[in-house]
Amino acid sequence: MPVLEMRGITKRFGALVANDQITFDIEAGEVHALLGENGAGKSTLMKILYGLYQPDEGEIHVQGQRVSLKSPADAIAQGIGFVSQHFALIPTFTVTENVILGHEKQPILQHAAMRRQVVETAEKLRFNIDPDAIVGHLSVGQQQRVEILKALYRGCRVLILDEPTAVLTPQDTEKLFSILVELQRQGLSVVIITHKLNEVFTISQRVTVLRLGKVVGREQTANTSQTELSQMMVGRQTIPVTRNTDHHSQNEIKLNVQNLTMADRSGAPRLRGLSLNVRAQEIVGVAGVAGNGQSELVSILTGMAQPQSGSAQVSGNVMPFGNPGALSQLKVARIPEDRLKGVIGDLSVADNLMLEQVGQFTRAGHLNRKQIREYAERLIRDFHIKAAPDDPARTLSGGNIQKIILARSLAQNPEVVIAAQPTRGLDIGATEYVHQKLLEQKQRGAAVLLISEDLDEILVLSDRVLVIFEGMIVGEFAANDADIDVLGALMTGASSEKVKTHA
Amino acid sequence: MLKLRIERGSAPVWFRAIIPVIAVLITFILVSALVIVAGASPLSAFFELLINPLTKTTARADILMMATPILLTGIAVTVAFAAGYYNIGAEGQLYAGGIAAAWVGTQLQTESSVLMIPLMLIAGFIAGMLWALLPAILKVRLQVDEVVTTLLLNSVMLFLVSALLNGPWRDPVSGWPQSPTILAAAQFPVLIPRSRVHLGAIVAVIVALVIWWVMSRTRFGIEVRAVGKNRDAARFLGIPVGNRILMAALISGGIAGLAGVSEVGGIHYYMTSTLSSNFGYIGVIVATLGALTVPGAILSALFLALVNRGAISASRELDVPVYLGDVIQAALLLVGLATLLLNRYRIRRIR
Repeated sequence: MPVLEMRGITKRFGALVANDQITFDIEAGEVHALLGENGAGKSTLMKILYGLYQPDEGEIHVQGQRVSLKSPADAIAQGIGFVSQHFALIPTFTVTENVILGHEKQPILQHAAMRRQVVETAEKLRFNIDPDAIVGHLSVGQQQRVEILKALYRGCRVLILDEPTAVLTPQDTEKLFSILVELQRQGLSVVIITHKLNEVFTISQRVTVLRLGKVVGREQTANTSQTELSQMMVGRQTIPVTRNTDHHSQNEIKLNVQNLTMADRSGAPRLRGLSLNVRAQEIVGVAGVAGNGQSELVSILTGMAQPQSGSAQVSGNVMPFGNPGALSQLKVARIPEDRLKGVIGDLSVADNLMLEQVGQFTRAGHLNRKQIREYAERLIRDFHIKAAPDDPARTLSGGNIQKIILARSLAQNPEVVIAAQPTRGLDIGATEYVHQKLLEQKQRGAAVLLISEDLDEILVLSDRVLVIFEGMIVGEFAANDADIDVLGALMTGASSEKVKTHA
Repeated sequence: MLKLRIERGSAPVWFRAIIPVIAVLITFILVSALVIVAGASPLSAFFELLINPLTKTTARADILMMATPILLTGIAVTVAFAAGYYNIGAEGQLYAGGIAAAWVGTQLQTESSVLMIPLMLIAGFIAGMLWALLPAILKVRLQVDEVVTTLLLNSVMLFLVSALLNGPWRDPVSGWPQSPTILAAAQFPVLIPRSRVHLGAIVAVIVALVIWWVMSRTRFGIEVRAVGKNRDAARFLGIPVGNRILMAALISGGIAGLAGVSEVGGIHYYMTSTLSSNFGYIGVIVATLGALTVPGAILSALFLALVNRGAISASRELDVPVYLGDVIQAALLLVGLATLLLNRYRIRRIR
């Protein structure tokens, strides 16, 4: 009998079905990998199991008994532990204090006894931790171990880890896996949420693959292959192939990016010597599973972040990093990943349309309101924005907000377009509109860099497809001979050797 | 049955317009309880508070006089808050301006008001800016919370003023802890005969108009507002975010400094440690109730001056404590902040 079973779990957020009739179970002493792309519904499912969300339909059984998990306290009482990507630790408290916090057994704290218990638990798992260390001084890997101790201290029998390796160095990952093996030997069960195939094979006995909120496969890990899993995860594409074949591989390079490296705050590398180029009249798509350095690449190319090393040129001119203002001078149009960071909701549509080029509408510091209004009216007409110039931007729909961003940047006849997740969250009509506009820019002669998690979008629009994995470009294809299976394999790191089938 | 649901989203425009009215009504309902405890009828109290002062010429003039400093501090706070910089230090910046005005007004040997008064205003503005500089730099360079630094510097300033007035500046004639009286040329002309409405009122209105123009009609103003509303997006659009916050903080300090100049030059004619009756803090109320707009600040400065003036006559006529005015102000701020949240919701009927 499985220690834990979820039957027919459905969870809706408005119109979105995050989990659709999901069945999931965990055996005693197994490591079960929950695999899927971002947005596949993995985290939602586990948050239901931890009592953070209530399912709309379905049942949860623990040791054969039906349970109702209304809050994390209920889940903890049922022996379920959860280590989120964002640790719930108090940085100024010691390890011991963090472990016992919220689970003190009596009103007066018996510090020595608690310390001993923390040390004993850690020793059972064969790792050392100073029970008196201040948590804020620990490395990310050590903090994660404190989280695991916390779950064990609360008597957990099933430990859920949400993308535990996303924040870890390779050494810490290895250490984490050895702890998981130890837990397993002591009869505990582990659910590990991941989108990295190699981890599935390193640590798990069973794997469940989610795609778009549904279970698309469940296998004994030993009986499956990386290719099979990546196909399940990315899904077989059945898109009408209307790919553009007039590929201008001889055109001048308009955007040239060389050897970008960047580490996040904890020092973990996010970009490792990434290089790419985009030619005039070309759309280059960067495909990849979320979290492989796309956000960092976009931040750098839109002027919002500085790489540790590397360089970029726009039409032969050096692109200054961390200076968004200079980019519009260089005629770089930018469509940000998060469109709400591209517009100021409390300002009017007209103000948002002109702010990036505010200098053009200013005489001696004074704004030319008439010119601003005329410009706004023209862009609203040309880009079919459903709004009046004076409407606050926040009252617009996502599609119309995206149109403001497109109108503002594309009306400047850019040389280079950086489009990050340009259709995320948009309906079909708005999506097609955005695609149309990007294709128009290409026809005009602009170089378009499209960074998207939507593989269909990349395949439809791009002349050339690059695959990003762990902060590097690991594959390059001409769009008309991109093989979806190979792409999927590269995106999930199934094979790290560089595949180059570019004609 | 009629079912209602509260949703996040902008409230309808007509509703946003009546939010301040709702705030005032709720405040008066709350305050009624206190008035009854004090042994007076709420209706006659509100008549004394809100209506009676408007019927008398002297009281009307007093309202203008009382509105002058809080309009200046209100505008100062408006500028800073618009940039997302929460300057709670207008009180200290006001005193900085007062010190500068008293210094110029006693030291500059001239009989020309045309020379003297502008110099006092300039000195006061600069002094306010300087007192605002440190927290602003800490904020922009090191992300130090400006609420804490600006607030604490107010106390520092009070002690500094006290040290100054008990030490080097002690009035040699009276021996009181106040500066020597400023020269005649430094004393602001009175605008309305037999009243204390002085040139500072005109200065305040001019400052309000200039700031209104800057915030709504200039590149600088729209950039400041953009930074205040969405810092990330402002940076994305190429606006120098740190510089705009710094400038807004300094302008805010300068304007608060002008309030100090106005009180020294128009009311007291010397520097004193009781120059301000919390005008810096009332500025926060003025700016908040004015929804961080200049016309709003003008209206709420006048309204608060009316309530304060009314509290004086109410206490005289009805024997209720004069602190009633302060209570109303404080309650109005809290209720005002709470009702501003209504802006973010709308009520829908479910069918």
